[in-house]
Amino acid sequence: MALSSKDLLGIKGMAADEIKLILDTAATFRDVSERDIKKVPTLRGKTVINLFYEASTRTRTSFELAGKRLSADVINISTSTSSVVKGETLLDTARNIEAMKCNIIIVRHSCSGAPEFLSTRLKSSVINAGDGFHEHPTQALLDMFTIREKLGKLEGLTVAIVGDIAHSRVARSNIYGLTAMGAKVRVCGPPTMVPPGLDAMGAKVYYDMDKAVEGADVVMMLRLQLERQAAGLFPGVREYARLYGLNKARLERSGKNVVVMHPGPMNRGVEIASEVADHSSVILDQVTNGVAVRMAVMFLLSGGNKTEA
Amino acid sequence: MNILIKNGHVIDPANKVDEKLDVLVTDGKVAKLGKPGSISADGAQVIDASGKLVVPGLIDMHVHLREPGFEYKETIATGTAAAKAGGFTSVCCMPNTNPVNDSRSVTEFILSQAKNASARVFPIGAISKGSKGEELTEMAELHAAGCFAVSDDGKPVMSAAIMRRAMEYSKIFDLLVISHCEDSSLSDKGVMNEGVVSTELGLRGIPRSAEDVMTGRDISLAELTGCRLHIAHVSTAGSVRIIRDAKSRGVKVTAETCPHYFSLTEEAVRGYNTMAKMNPPLRIADDVAAIKQGLKDGTIDVIATDHAPHAQDEKSGEFDYAPFGVVGLETALGLTLKLVDEGALSLSEAVRKLTNNPASILKIGKGTLTIGSDADITIVDSNIEWTVDASQFKSKSRNTPFNGWKLRGRAVQTIVGGRL
Repeated sequence: MALSSKDLLGIKGMAADEIKLILDTAATFRDVSERDIKKVPTLRGKTVINLFYEASTRTRTSFELAGKRLSADVINISTSTSSVVKGETLLDTARNIEAMKCNIIIVRHSCSGAPEFLSTRLKSSVINAGDGFHEHPTQALLDMFTIREKLGKLEGLTVAIVGDIAHSRVARSNIYGLTAMGAKVRVCGPPTMVPPGLDAMGAKVYYDMDKAVEGADVVMMLRLQLERQAAGLFPGVREYARLYGLNKARLERSGKNVVVMHPGPMNRGVEIASEVADHSSVILDQVTNGVAVRMAVMFLLSGGNKTEA
Repeated sequence: MNILIKNGHVIDPANKVDEKLDVLVTDGKVAKLGKPGSISADGAQVIDASGKLVVPGLIDMHVHLREPGFEYKETIATGTAAAKAGGFTSVCCMPNTNPVNDSRSVTEFILSQAKNASARVFPIGAISKGSKGEELTEMAELHAAGCFAVSDDGKPVMSAAIMRRAMEYSKIFDLLVISHCEDSSLSDKGVMNEGVVSTELGLRGIPRSAEDVMTGRDISLAELTGCRLHIAHVSTAGSVRIIRDAKSRGVKVTAETCPHYFSLTEEAVRGYNTMAKMNPPLRIADDVAAIKQGLKDGTIDVIATDHAPHAQDEKSGEFDYAPFGVVGLETALGLTLKLVDEGALSLSEAVRKLTNNPASILKIGKGTLTIGSDADITIVDSNIEWTVDASQFKSKSRNTPFNGWKLRGRAVQTIVGGRL
């Protein structure tokens, strides 16, 4: 089978078999990165543009490596060097890039909906690399891939997502993806960072982290943006870490051998203790798997299907 | 030129007229109303209004004409052409132009530009200099130049103390104070209603409380000062409730809502539809129901459009960056008649909220077909079915969420001061 859309804008509305297709395809690409020669000719002659309107190291590098390992030509454009500073509109910038004939445009933008806006106006495939607080679909896919790799399945698992849910595109994409795959999702954070309507999205809301983590198979910690303190969303880092930080004691209280995840970049000692991050987490596996998942997405959006991979 | 409008169904709520009558206009004034066939007028231009409604010219007490300063969005000429096309003979233009209408010279400029306009223009002056919410405007000058009301619309007056003084000071001239109710510390950087849809779309939300706490504050200040207060663009069930309570206690408060608040919910924003981005934002079904109830029970006195033109390139792009606002002059009547068709409002009440009520609140002496009054008359075909086509708007801008909607009823003739 192949993907139903020319774009990957979000996980919302994706069917379980589509998610499974991407994860299965990623599994075959996972091996490429382990080889001595980390390259396959799959996308030779294709052009991939990384159009990043927001700072990123991990995601941009991951997409770039994914494209290069598929033999595509990859160009990076970031705001500091682009025409954005000259006042060009998003659409004009994108149309100019498309006029140079590209196949895939990967967009990261601080405004929710920017990739969707472009997707309806461009012929190229658009991949959402994170838009505002909306979605970060490849992050959720690599998270699901990693969980499946560690626990062998997604269905029936309980996943707790802890932190600033309101401002997290990672949380939203994971809620959609995990529930579609039959996992139970708990979200936990201070009420100032838990937006309305999460129950309608299929997640159960907790304000008490110990309860949220109890019996969970996976705990996914979210980055705390420290500037939220000025907006009154939390009183201080110390209290936040005590209430919503993952440390060894809390991990042990959860009662299981829990898979600990974090999309990065981490605030060590705030949402996650170093001892947990360094010795009890799968954080670097997530990063490794990110390349494979992004290879799979680019391959499938370029018209590939799993049997060719 | 004399005009005889024959066989129309005349609705003039102020004079309790609701029957088939002929209307004679002479020298720009309403000269006579009489049973069909009872008026003879040699040489008058005859308009056959059989099967149509003949109502006082519609009055929109809340529009943005954008001139001076933003002529690429709208001008007084194009905005009043849109008004006329939509059946409006008078519009009140908000002061958030550039420069802000906070001085006599700007008011005079607007009125001079309006001399040959397609509809009457009543400028609204600013409450504070530059609408910055810091110092009061020279309201004597604004009043003398022709302002009947003051407002910092588009922005709230965040300081309760300044709002209090504005309400007190406005009493010298019996100026109406129109409040844009929004606590900007609560709305913050919000771009749509806070709720399920904002969570799903990942857009910053504006809670309903951002409106309600200001409605409550300004009603309290109106009680304190005895000022005539008008609440602009009511969008929430909470504000309807607060206003209803205040009215029952005899507070001098009136209120308006806009067609989009009784026609749409936040669902219209899905797909990051910038045409559904306005301030206050579209709310939820409960609010729509409360707005309709408020219109029906008289809590909400006026239907105004908050006509807010924006250029296409401004509305095409990131949702966060698109300006707030939708045009409304050319769809308001059709959407209001839809409300009548649904049984939410009687026809005469709908007409009252578009004519006599805004005129009385503003004290501009319009909105009726009283003998001797200016012949501002709108003839409405309430049966004609039409499809909203923004490309055909007389307005310079096309930012409507109603493009493609099928509506029933529209103005077929708008007469301003006896001119067709």
